[in-house]
Amino acid sequence: MSTPANRRAAGGIAVVAAGALALAGCGASDADTDANTGDGSAPTELSISTFNDFGYTEELLAMYEEETGIRVIHNRAATSNDARYNLFQKLGSSGLSDIEGVEVDWFAELMEYSDLLAPVPAGVEGRWLDWKEAAATDADGNLVAYGTDIGPQGICFRADLFEAAGLPSDRDEVAELFPTWDAFFDVADDYVEATGQPFIDASNSVLQGMVNQLTEIYETPDGEIIADSNSAVREAYDTVIERALPVSAYAGQWSDDWYASMSSGEFATMLCPPWMHGIIAGEAPNVDGWDVASAYPGGGSNWGGSYLVVPANGDNVEAAQALADWLTSPETQVKAFENAGAFPSQPAAYESESLTGYVSEYFNDAPTGQIGIDRAESVSVEPFKGPKFFPIHDALNQAVTRVFDGLESPDDSWNTWLNEVASL
Amino acid sequence: MLIADKGAARTASPPPSPPSDRQRRVRVLSFSQKLSRWDLKVSPFLYISPFFLLFAIVGLFPLIYTAVISFMDWDQIRQEGEFIGFDQYAWILSQPKFWIALRNTFSIFLLSSVPQLILALFIATMLDRHIRAKTFWRMSALLPYVVAPVAVGLIFNALYADNSGQINAWLTAIGIGPIPWHVEPFWSHVAISTMVNYRWTGYNALILLAAMQAIPRDYYEAARVDGAGVLRQFWSITLPSLKPTFIFVIITSTIGGLQVFEEPRMFDQYGQGGAASQWLTITLYLYNLGWSEWNFGRAAAMAWLLFLIILAIGLINLLVTQKLIGDAGGRGPTLTRAQRRQLARDQRDRRAQNKEGAR
Repeated sequence: MSTPANRRAAGGIAVVAAGALALAGCGASDADTDANTGDGSAPTELSISTFNDFGYTEELLAMYEEETGIRVIHNRAATSNDARYNLFQKLGSSGLSDIEGVEVDWFAELMEYSDLLAPVPAGVEGRWLDWKEAAATDADGNLVAYGTDIGPQGICFRADLFEAAGLPSDRDEVAELFPTWDAFFDVADDYVEATGQPFIDASNSVLQGMVNQLTEIYETPDGEIIADSNSAVREAYDTVIERALPVSAYAGQWSDDWYASMSSGEFATMLCPPWMHGIIAGEAPNVDGWDVASAYPGGGSNWGGSYLVVPANGDNVEAAQALADWLTSPETQVKAFENAGAFPSQPAAYESESLTGYVSEYFNDAPTGQIGIDRAESVSVEPFKGPKFFPIHDALNQAVTRVFDGLESPDDSWNTWLNEVASL
Repeated sequence: MLIADKGAARTASPPPSPPSDRQRRVRVLSFSQKLSRWDLKVSPFLYISPFFLLFAIVGLFPLIYTAVISFMDWDQIRQEGEFIGFDQYAWILSQPKFWIALRNTFSIFLLSSVPQLILALFIATMLDRHIRAKTFWRMSALLPYVVAPVAVGLIFNALYADNSGQINAWLTAIGIGPIPWHVEPFWSHVAISTMVNYRWTGYNALILLAAMQAIPRDYYEAARVDGAGVLRQFWSITLPSLKPTFIFVIITSTIGGLQVFEEPRMFDQYGQGGAASQWLTITLYLYNLGWSEWNFGRAAAMAWLLFLIILAIGLINLLVTQKLIGDAGGRGPTLTRAQRRQLARDQRDRRAQNKEGAR
């Protein structure tokens, strides 16, 4: 009975069977992991997912294994967007790491699902800067995230270009030039007049800086959208259009042109959180004019930073909380700063000598550690950012870009933005 | 065969059928005969069933799921939603962005498909000639198709950068001056179309080449004997023979063109289609609704609108091309409706006559 047709059929069955076995194998291995890390007993492994560079090096995580015997598996997504997709895809079901990294830009969206996150245990609260903690507290008063780094903004400037334009170039003198936004734009006008070159890199980063100094921006904590009625937003928009546009090289950041221009000396200043230092140094390794001034027009402003969260339906919630606690302790955060420039959000870290004594060789030996501390302490306002902050702010950036590109008049562009906000 | 005979004998007792009928077909069969009959009838369906099962799982299910979600205010994370009817569709149709996206999609589609097909035809004709190292040239035509679209986007972006890009540097060098690629809608469409063309021209050229090679060489010989030149041969032999392939290429590139996504997504660093939606396409808008605003209800409604648009354009496409190219596939002359009816009537009559003859 062994006809060719039969043999073929048998082969087919074998293939199907193999496939079924493989599927069964997957199921079995899933079950295994579950059994391995069943609740109650302490796990031997914990997983953490971050993106970009949190400063959690192999050596750092190995220290935790030495202390506790728990091995930490670190998954790193290339970009914050990748991490965002992954987190939101799996948040409602399963498949997330024991600890997930979250960026402040999309943190407000996550806060809508704060009930799916395990709250920070009572003893750990109070470690972070007030506003860092306030942003991670949900409507019920639960702190649901562990702050990692922050982005207290200073001003990066090209000392050589300042000197050529007849401006002071010493970082302390430069810092005194910018007490207010008006003073900042006056200096900008002088610079543009003297050199014919733009003063600052991007108008949208000015908008970002201004908006972050408001207490209420686009939404109230009740979920009401006030973007259209908030006169402070309109004021910021008008100021950016009238004063920042004429002195900026670009509308927005992160374009190919923008990257290329950091080394070419196309502009002289950038609003600069600590994480931007690495980007400048990386893009313009051969430029030796960059410096950092401990100043920010109109008080402090924070741009960026991250949190760690523990999904409540994870298998090892308690052990994960202990790890998140350790990772965001002041001592570990100072190490993360040394590793990757992630500026700590824990005031206790600001007493550490490794931070206060830190100088950046690239930025003409500027004490960037101490500058970061000063800037962090000058941040007095933490704006409320609701779940729609990101799309609304993004649309406002585009409104500025349209005016910059000459596609629409300032008023038309503002109205287009209002329509977009209304349709969200 | 023994069993079959026995079976036939055993079941032959029921009322005898008319003698003429008994001659022609045996109504009752043994099990093994039934089996082989089923084998004949059912097996083909079984053999192709894996495809349909797979299609039901990965094709039909998402299609229906999307349709359901499109009528709901859907929360993807909590996997729950509220039925709201056609609100999402109404919302999309009321968005100025949607109409801009539709315009951009068609603009990019035309700017890419038309030059692409003309160029592909030209390349295919060149490759069809007797040249040295044929395989080398044919493979190199396909090479860009192998490059990942995201990589193409990255490379072309560096070229098209407004200030630091090579293309503007060349344009300035020859005195035309820089073009605002990321500002003017038309120029952004041109730039994106070049990326699309870069990838797909070679692919289409190879398909057309394959069709050209299937044209019998006798035609060309006969034409040469009749004194037809190269151009005349191209117009009177190559082009008409390519028509069915052309329909295929046009329809696939229409579907691809209306779904253009990677190239505009990679055209700037934000992937939002430009500050004034200059190069926002339907799929890009769909993607941003779903994956950046997490509004899966709207994204699903958009997906269905896109499906309907593609269906409509596809039908128009088919009708137009069939009108233009009556003799698609060379299956005899096209008949008018009256002729077709006449033909059917004739056939029916003939069949009736045959039956009567048999009785």
